[in-house]
Amino acid sequence: MLIAIGSLTLLGALLGAVLGVAARYLRVEGNPIEAEVEALLPGSQCGQCGFAGCKPAAAALVKGEAPPTLCPPGGRAVAMAIAEKLGVSVSFGDQEELEPEVAFVNEDLCIGCTRCLKECSTDAIVGAAKQIHTVIAEVCHACGKCAKVCPTDCIEMRAVPATLATWHWKKPRVKVAS
Amino acid sequence: MQEYVLLIIGTALVNNVVLVKFLGLCPFMGVSSKVDSAVGMGSATTFVLTLSAVMAWMLETWVLQPLGIGYLRILTFILAIAAVVQFTEMAIRKMSPMLYQSLGIFLPLITTNCAVLGVALLNAQSGNGLFASMLYGFGSALGFTLILVMFAGLRERLALAEVPSPFAGAPLGFVTAGILSLAFMGFSGLSVK
Repeated sequence: MLIAIGSLTLLGALLGAVLGVAARYLRVEGNPIEAEVEALLPGSQCGQCGFAGCKPAAAALVKGEAPPTLCPPGGRAVAMAIAEKLGVSVSFGDQEELEPEVAFVNEDLCIGCTRCLKECSTDAIVGAAKQIHTVIAEVCHACGKCAKVCPTDCIEMRAVPATLATWHWKKPRVKVAS
Repeated sequence: MQEYVLLIIGTALVNNVVLVKFLGLCPFMGVSSKVDSAVGMGSATTFVLTLSAVMAWMLETWVLQPLGIGYLRILTFILAIAAVVQFTEMAIRKMSPMLYQSLGIFLPLITTNCAVLGVALLNAQSGNGLFASMLYGFGSALGFTLILVMFAGLRERLALAEVPSPFAGAPLGFVTAGILSLAFMGFSGLSVK
């Protein structure tokens, strides 16, 4: 009994020590700024920036291969935060700040094909095969991918209606200089 | 020398781990959709299998048998295999980040690849020596890699073929695996023992 316990404990401790040493020698130096920029991005891996996900996008941002404005769901706020983090200038050009939008399913046209469900990167669309789908507005980040795959064009992007709960002052337009 | 060559051929083809012994079917179905990742998975498993076969022999001969605690065999082997896999994961992450990304979740899953434990246990059962154990592990891993790459190639072609919809995807994969297994039964004619 004692031999069994002792030998297994010793074995475990030995292997643990070897792995600990190996972890020290084989450590991969990640770029800490990349991780910080990735944390600023929405993290929904929607791919609208043209990169496979938020991590490759963050890597490209740090290398200076992509403009800080690359993230459509993040909008102006994310672009400015990234520019500040990386110390680069950001130009929005004539680009107006987009109104907040949300996907909307026209229930008369929805055939319940579930194609939009599979496309949604935030799982904001509820539905099942041959059931009418609907959008959970709080989760939708308006990437518009569902509207592209819909075979009956029943999904449209609508501006979030200004109600007492959603209306807020327009943000002051600030030019960010380098 | 001839004996060792026969051992490798015997484990890789005649007693193939996947198609004859039916071990390691999880990565066989899971990582066989692309040839690239199949090659990566195969080489990672080859490394782990060979190393763990050697480690299992050492544990068996120097720890388990002298102390008379053979009943702890499975537990000890799993411990050693888990450590080897962890080490492989760190090494691959350091040396080839691309391979690390493409293998994804399947790398830690080598721990639960029953071929690895199966080979270690079969070695202990048959009382192979150190070198023979290593060759047994290496030959099994070669067979595993061969099958994985072959099957991935077949599935890449099948993905483009026009198949009746009830058969498309996984069902056709299973049917193909069955036919491959039948074909490998032909190698039993090669067996010397």
